[in-house]
Amino acid sequence: MTDIAAPVKGQRDSGLDDATLHAALTRTWETPRGLYGFFATVDHKIIGRRFIVTAFVFLFLAGLAAMAMRYQLSRPENTAIGPDLYDQLFTMHGSTMMFLFAVPVMEAFAVYLVPLMVGTRNIAFPRLNAFSYWIYLSGGLMLWIAFLLNIGPDVGWFSYVPLAGPEFSPGKRADFWAQMITFTEVSALAIAVEIIVTVFKQRAPGMALDRIPIFVWAVLITSFVVLFAMPAVMLSSTTLILDRLVGTHFYNAAEGGDPVLWQHLFWFFGHPEVYIIFIPATGFISAIIPTFVRRPIFGYIALVLSLISIGILSFGLWVHHMFATGLPQLGQSFFTASSMLIAIPSGIQIFCWIATIWLGRPMWKTPLLFVAGFIVTFVIGGLTGVMVASVPIDLQVHDTYFVVAHFHYVLVGGAVFPLIGAVYYWFPKFTGRMLSERLGKWNFWLAVIGFNAAFFPMHFLGLMGMPRRVYTYPLGAGWGELNLFVGLAAAMLFASFAVFLWNVVASLKRGEVAGPNPWGGGTLEWATASPPPFYNFMRIPVVTHREPLWAETESLPVATGLRVDARELICGTVTDATPELRESSPENSIWPLLSAIAVGATFIGSIFTPWAVVWGAPPIAIGLIGWFWPKGTPEDEE
Amino acid sequence: MRAGLVLLGAGALLLGACEREQRDFGGDAAASAPNEQIALSTIAPGGAPPLVEITGRGEEYEGNAYQLSEGERLFHWFNCTGCHGNGGGGSGPPLIDSEWLYGSAIENIAASIREGRPNGMPSWRGRIPEEQIWQIAAYVRSMAGAVPDDAEPGRNDDMSGRPGENRMPPATPDAG
Amino acid sequence: MLVEPVQSALDPAGSGAEAILTLFWIFLGVSAVVWVLVVIALALAAARRRSRAERGAGPLAPAPRGEARARGVVGSAVAATGAVLITLTAFSYFTGKSLADAKADPTLTIEVTGHQWWWELRYDDPRPDMRFTTANEIHVPVGERVRLILTSNDVIHSFWVPSLAGKQDLIPGHDNEIVIEVAREGTYRGSCAEFCGLQHAHMGLTVIAEPRAAFDRWRAAQAAPAAPPQTEEAARGLAAFQQNACVLCHAIRGTGAGGMVAPDLTHVASRSTLAAGTLPFTRGALGAWIADPQAVKPGANMPRSELDPDELNAIIAYLEGLT
Repeated sequence: MTDIAAPVKGQRDSGLDDATLHAALTRTWETPRGLYGFFATVDHKIIGRRFIVTAFVFLFLAGLAAMAMRYQLSRPENTAIGPDLYDQLFTMHGSTMMFLFAVPVMEAFAVYLVPLMVGTRNIAFPRLNAFSYWIYLSGGLMLWIAFLLNIGPDVGWFSYVPLAGPEFSPGKRADFWAQMITFTEVSALAIAVEIIVTVFKQRAPGMALDRIPIFVWAVLITSFVVLFAMPAVMLSSTTLILDRLVGTHFYNAAEGGDPVLWQHLFWFFGHPEVYIIFIPATGFISAIIPTFVRRPIFGYIALVLSLISIGILSFGLWVHHMFATGLPQLGQSFFTASSMLIAIPSGIQIFCWIATIWLGRPMWKTPLLFVAGFIVTFVIGGLTGVMVASVPIDLQVHDTYFVVAHFHYVLVGGAVFPLIGAVYYWFPKFTGRMLSERLGKWNFWLAVIGFNAAFFPMHFLGLMGMPRRVYTYPLGAGWGELNLFVGLAAAMLFASFAVFLWNVVASLKRGEVAGPNPWGGGTLEWATASPPPFYNFMRIPVVTHREPLWAETESLPVATGLRVDARELICGTVTDATPELRESSPENSIWPLLSAIAVGATFIGSIFTPWAVVWGAPPIAIGLIGWFWPKGTPEDEE
Repeated sequence: MRAGLVLLGAGALLLGACEREQRDFGGDAAASAPNEQIALSTIAPGGAPPLVEITGRGEEYEGNAYQLSEGERLFHWFNCTGCHGNGGGGSGPPLIDSEWLYGSAIENIAASIREGRPNGMPSWRGRIPEEQIWQIAAYVRSMAGAVPDDAEPGRNDDMSGRPGENRMPPATPDAG
Repeated sequence: MLVEPVQSALDPAGSGAEAILTLFWIFLGVSAVVWVLVVIALALAAARRRSRAERGAGPLAPAPRGEARARGVVGSAVAATGAVLITLTAFSYFTGKSLADAKADPTLTIEVTGHQWWWELRYDDPRPDMRFTTANEIHVPVGERVRLILTSNDVIHSFWVPSLAGKQDLIPGHDNEIVIEVAREGTYRGSCAEFCGLQHAHMGLTVIAEPRAAFDRWRAAQAAPAAPPQTEEAARGLAAFQQNACVLCHAIRGTGAGGMVAPDLTHVASRSTLAAGTLPFTRGALGAWIADPQAVKPGANMPRSELDPDELNAIIAYLEGLT
């Protein structure tokens, strides 16, 4: 490593040799070791990794809650867990999985991968990125600490009123749930904004919109869905807190409100929410398949259009969660039709993926195994989805174990299997080590067999009359044997996650060292070291093809001219990524953390008193002033 | 090591489980009134205050949101509203103000419910189980704002004659 | 599976449940075929024999014939998907329509009010002396349409008897409606199907379908006031009932007990279960329930009793006589 002389002000990267460039860029882009670096980093890779690890911790916590529930249900009239704790467990399981695991982990992969895939040095609005992690962490910690303090919510992950209202949910439990929503939705909205701007404006020169990877399209569309859906749930959680804390009557039928309003507001968000989880997972599949069948994805345009239509259509389905509430039949039929309609773009995706596999030459490594597991499992969930889209059928199976089976099939089959496959795929890139293939195969088979054995029988249980959210069931109902079987199979599924965790932990230390492109992938993230250096790419690549690494067999063409003594990246036009300007990117900063603490304290305080908003405003203002204080960045001076 | 510390912290939190949110079903029918002796007046001969013996049971109810909401439910179910309205009084005295004819401590209120009082307050002994008497007494205290803010019930899902207990200004109970 | 399914959508006894099950079999059949086709396609794609030339080619090697074929197959699959979905939507729509048409001209109307955690049933009638309120057990005449008007006193519940019909929610502030027509005599169990709090799991209900004549007899008996106590112990039981906490919540028509907030006990012994399907109506269960409801249904609104053993036995004797 060359001795670094003090950087020349304004020095560009043109004409520098690799070693000097590496040293200078590292100095400019690095996150220093130590506490300050830990708390002040704005590097999307570090933040993305943190997000992923935190989300997986929540996955395990929610999984433990599920195992407790299955234990309680393994025998009729079991007395292991009483109704109060059981109600908290299923609420924590659902809320954690949906709000603290599934959405954040998809966002996390986007945060890590999108800048690498589009060929830029950092995500847009890096300090906002840091802020969104701290806010997410605060919300998750708040919810779980509340649970440990016996203030965990106990009204289900969608918290229907009037049960969650002031009369029937005494204390602060439901308020903690509602405020957790606020935390996680602020975090999600922030990331959505960053992704959209990164994808639109920071792509490498030449990466026209029809050359971006499908994964990037998927998270771009997801980000738009987040933008339009999250406000609905923030509105519902805010009105719930208002009803409970301040005495408004949004959901009080006696004073002109309506409990059904809650359902509309929540599900208007809730249905897009599951697509917020599912669409990035389809992005994973579209990234894994080409690499492992060594062929570009079939039907790029069809896939993009399908993703866009899924994003738009997802806003037109929400009433299918409310078919039993007594809404007019004609209106319900409309939502049956729209719920069926969304199966078409989902089908298009599946057919294109199978076509890609058929056209290519598969390498059956663990990521591709999980893709196969996804197709086989998710299609079952999609088909039961078509069943529950039908109003008459739904009137029998709504709120029973049939629908529990359905949504686990689409969420685990449709999002978790691709996610695990994605971890196996990108682990070498994130850490520089390969995961064990042997353990990967164990992971896969335990997961697929355990999952199907645990959840397929639930279809029967639902049809046989077992409702959801029951802490026990009568001996005479005849559900005992199936529930016991389900419990044992769930243990197998849990074991698959234990194997996964073991694989990750062991491979971090002893996994085979990975080079920049161990799988032979074609997209830009494989063009840099594993793990990537702080600055991502030594020189910004110029893109002429959808799979740049396959198209350019020698070396990638690059663009030069960025400064090495200050953080700079290239901004381009939206459609063609023609470079327009050099944009400076923020340095490490402690203000996102401080602002997140102020915002978090305000949110938590407002559970207890409306005055918290007033008292919290000055610290938040100070945090934001510190954050936005002009720093004399280069373009300001020129 | 890190993991161990986290577990220890979690354990400590569990032990300090929040009193306000505890849900106790059934309560202990044995612990009860006959052990409590309340003085209606603060005056006693000899300069020392009157003999008073309380079990302290009432405090468990006052700070617990679940018990307060049960008390609110029973206040309506057992038609306390028939004489006391929504706390504003009617043929019975108001319960949301600071004037307490028979003392404002929860033991006094429980005694009023249990024993009855002159001029129309029935005696509910034997009709309302002890557990529920304590719940109603705690709720009555909350109507006057005499319980912790976080535990106070919110508005009911009914037509409202007044704000919920957590929005009402606290009345200041007289001593004793 | 092993137990006679009195509570199963797969064993329909009502016209609603039958129509839905037929629709379900259609959907299931189509779904099974679709899934098998997808799995076969995946397996074929995975197992296709790749030629030597193909195996040696780079990732961007053109494959125009393969791609054209793939386009054809994918296009046909999409078209077929669309056609299948339209057909299924049509079937669903027509089933829904026939269910709606089956609501006309009910011969009986019952008002169902959901409570935490029991069902209040009010049988209406043009004659005021034939109106009565009961709890948790519905009797209906076989073969006739019965309209149930559904509302709730507190939180959202859901009325679901899987062998008879789909479910409908009981929402405070709303009056929803469901019409059931039971085709064969029998006893059918149902549950609340919307999470309603601590004892949602123990909010069952029973529907008994019987011939018209038997139904009319039942109804006349229910409308009558409570039977007077037949034994000395039962008489003591009635006195104890009225002197203890029971009267504050429960009603027994024909006595001084007029509580409105708990199940009506006028004819409690005519019901087959206690505590909304949680316990059978037997002497032992009744004793256990009254002595400590919190042990059976923790969180239920009925408090532990403060009765001494003689009073308890007397009350049990009295209640057993309330057929």
